[in-house]
Amino acid sequence: MPTVVRPAVRHPGLPVNALGLTVRDYEGGMSTLCAGCGHDSVTAALVQALWELAVPPHRVAKLSGIGCSAKTVGYFLNGAHGFNGAHGRMAPIATGAGAANRDLLLIGISGDGDSLSIGIGHLVHLIRRNLRMVYIIENNGVYGLTKGQFSPSADIGSTTSKGTANVMEPIDPMLLGLSLGATFLARGFSGDKAELIPILKAATAHRGLAIVDVISPCVSFNDHEGSTKSYRFTREHEVRVTETDFVPPRPEILASIGWEGITDLTLHDGSLVRARAVPSGYDPTDRIAVEEHLREARACGEVPTGILFVDSSRPDLHEMSGTVSQPLVDVPYAKLCPGAAELEKFGSV
Amino acid sequence: MTATLPVRPAGNGTAPRVNEISIRIATVNGTGSASANNLLMRAIFRMGVPVSGKNLFPSNIQGLPTWYEIRVSGRGYSARAPRPNLVVAMNAQTRKRDIAEVSPGGCVLWDSTWPLQEPPGRDDIHLLEIPIARICAQEFRDAKQRILLQNVVYAGAVAALLDIDMGIMGALVDERYARRDKLREANRRALAIGHDYAHKHFEAPLPCHVEPMDLTRGSIIVDGNTSAALGCIYAGATVAAWYPITPSTSLMDAFTSFSRRYRRDPDTGRATALIIQAEDEMGAIGTVIGAGWTGARAFTSTSGPGLSLMNELLGLAYYMEVPAVVFDVQRAGPSTGLPTRTQQADILMAAHASHGDTAHIVLFPGDPAECFDFAVRAFDLAERFQTPVLVLSDLDIGMNDWVVPRLRWDQRYAPDRGRVLHPADLEEIEAYHRYSDPDPDWVCARTLPGSGSKGAWLARGSGHNRLGAYTEDPGEYREVLDRLSRKHAASALRGPEPVIERRPGARIGLVTVGSGGPAVWEAAELLAEQGVVTDLMRIRGFPFSPPVREFLTEHERCFVVEQNRDAQLHSLLVIAVPAAAERLDSLLVYSGIPVTAAEVTDGVMTRLSPEAAACPP
Repeated sequence: MPTVVRPAVRHPGLPVNALGLTVRDYEGGMSTLCAGCGHDSVTAALVQALWELAVPPHRVAKLSGIGCSAKTVGYFLNGAHGFNGAHGRMAPIATGAGAANRDLLLIGISGDGDSLSIGIGHLVHLIRRNLRMVYIIENNGVYGLTKGQFSPSADIGSTTSKGTANVMEPIDPMLLGLSLGATFLARGFSGDKAELIPILKAATAHRGLAIVDVISPCVSFNDHEGSTKSYRFTREHEVRVTETDFVPPRPEILASIGWEGITDLTLHDGSLVRARAVPSGYDPTDRIAVEEHLREARACGEVPTGILFVDSSRPDLHEMSGTVSQPLVDVPYAKLCPGAAELEKFGSV
Repeated sequence: MTATLPVRPAGNGTAPRVNEISIRIATVNGTGSASANNLLMRAIFRMGVPVSGKNLFPSNIQGLPTWYEIRVSGRGYSARAPRPNLVVAMNAQTRKRDIAEVSPGGCVLWDSTWPLQEPPGRDDIHLLEIPIARICAQEFRDAKQRILLQNVVYAGAVAALLDIDMGIMGALVDERYARRDKLREANRRALAIGHDYAHKHFEAPLPCHVEPMDLTRGSIIVDGNTSAALGCIYAGATVAAWYPITPSTSLMDAFTSFSRRYRRDPDTGRATALIIQAEDEMGAIGTVIGAGWTGARAFTSTSGPGLSLMNELLGLAYYMEVPAVVFDVQRAGPSTGLPTRTQQADILMAAHASHGDTAHIVLFPGDPAECFDFAVRAFDLAERFQTPVLVLSDLDIGMNDWVVPRLRWDQRYAPDRGRVLHPADLEEIEAYHRYSDPDPDWVCARTLPGSGSKGAWLARGSGHNRLGAYTEDPGEYREVLDRLSRKHAASALRGPEPVIERRPGARIGLVTVGSGGPAVWEAAELLAEQGVVTDLMRIRGFPFSPPVREFLTEHERCFVVEQNRDAQLHSLLVIAVPAAAERLDSLLVYSGIPVTAAEVTDGVMTRLSPEAAACPP
């Protein structure tokens, strides 16, 4: 993961957010991904979303595994600590970080190989733990860094650049998540930043594991005619099932508005992210109906996008575990050591 | 805090076989014999007599043979005993073998409800029959009790035969069932039945029996997994992640139960520790590393197969320089091996776990008291050196009951958090770079996530330079790799020193590690009786400290006693001290059963004999 330092040139007229920071303050090193890579668009959307939300950069912990997607933690939020670990192991690392410091905003960037192949066991259990975290899967159906092998999300019939067709069932992280009790599932397209930004904001607001599956075409190995993860295929088959709006904080709308087809997620600063169902009757809180919809869409070759499912009622890891509200790293040692007198009592026969 | 050698001998004032007894109790696993065996051991301990217990159990929940060995030793020998003087043969399946193994002149107490299928084949032992199952069937109504109380009946009979204080036995039963009147009464009655039967039918007590002493004052009975868990509590651990595996499971069970008491916020009742049962050992170590990176004291407990799975991420933590503590309670390998048997066969793997040039700090506790101490030291070393520390216990230490000095705590203890720059420290410097400006131990300052943007850095397992940035430049890459090597070497001076015992005139050294201590110490005493004077060294840490090198080079010959096939400690010593290679010889015991002193003395004498023949005194 070569690092190229971005030139620190600031236009004096750049707008600032609530923290007085410009969008530049949310950027990282220069990307060394291929020109036109979908992942760079995801990074750009994330930078924009975090800037608009005025997230203090140092409150974020960036996490990734190995792969093209994993490299992108170097391309945003220079002011945040990051952990570019081992292939497939982002989920356990995130679990430890979140366990130790519940005040961190964990943002994980994974890929379809990282999450759905080598790391799927960890992802499955991360979903069960409902760790509070934004978990982005930059999904391109292919292994880029090793030059074009199928990943587990490749569709049946989708071909490699050399023409070989995939014959195995793909793993859809959204269907996987639904079946495991995931509490926030969204899908975006790297080519549709306007939709992706509010989705990422909503994911940030979610109190639990927010999985965002982003179709992010690989221009070098999977953007050809026979691919179902190409820009063209995704543009032609994308169907928005919800529209997501970001509503800045205004006292009068803080109360949840309950009409059909609207799902509200209140952010820390009181602003609101609102998912509005586009097809009439699509209810992103009805797990069974969503699963049925996704299966039907898949059968028709559609790629449903938007916030697909939300369940805000389930406790996250800390709530399930009954831990103190203070981050564990901040509990002073004096409170943790039982002391000499207590040890004196130990082991009396 | 304590550092222990085995309990000192009390001199030779006691009559032969009084307070030098080995008892082997053969039962079927899953029949509830553990509490009766524990009762006997604790009663002897309360009589002031040093005692140890070894549980030789199958990898099974119910129905297979299991043995419990209690060694009573006024001289303080706590290694696994040689042949038993008294066998309690409750398992008809293994009775023939159990009778065959009792030492000449010894006794076999057996349940005569089921007569022997064939004559015992020995006329040099005493057979003591009690129809235990039949008595229990007559005396107790409840079907479950009829089985469970058979154990208490034999405990009562053993108490009579060995003159174990029945007042203490009764008191222990009362304490155990303090709030369960019916159970207490039933256990009391079973105890009396066994005791009275033995007195009525046998010449009790036997010539080999227990007499009160005053050698256990200031000691406790504890297993190493429990004390290691308590050490983690005292060290201030707040995150634990694990995957169940024998024989380490009881470590996390103990941590969980200690956490209920010691990890509760007094005001809110909420937990100040988070214990995560992970999906596998990769998940467990990953969680520990994530928490360590974030600044928590975090640990995992596992055994060999789990450590194999953790290799990948241990290398990551080593290269990224993230603290982590791993307890490996070793069992017999390779592969699944013998999950309920003991071995020290993960030494090489632990020292260099993971691909690439990787070297770890490894601690080798020798008993449960050291499990407690080394747990605390492991966290200090992990944070000081920003690296994984592996604590290599084994099944013998981890799951068996040992008598050790009461655990002590120094109230002045403050955790060594190592070099961590907080926001105020960062104000003082112009720019922060993760792997720059090493201290004399070659450790660079780290910063914690959430603590501020000035100290932000991207941890990576890929090649990096002193700034923390990716590099493929040969010089930059090597600079970091070489510093890691120096850092590892520097840790030798901060780890636990070996325990060394010197005797005047010794030219031979006995070197051991971990649970080998008691057998080697006993062997040294036995060898001295045969005119072979030896010095002792029990190694307690890797990388090896200077006293280890000195010991090896100052002896004409050293025997490295370890419980594995491939001489793993020996190999590490040869690499570290090549000058001593010619002087080192291996004594290897790897049956899965704890090593005995006899195995050590036999090995030494066999190897010395050609020499002895060549150079008569």
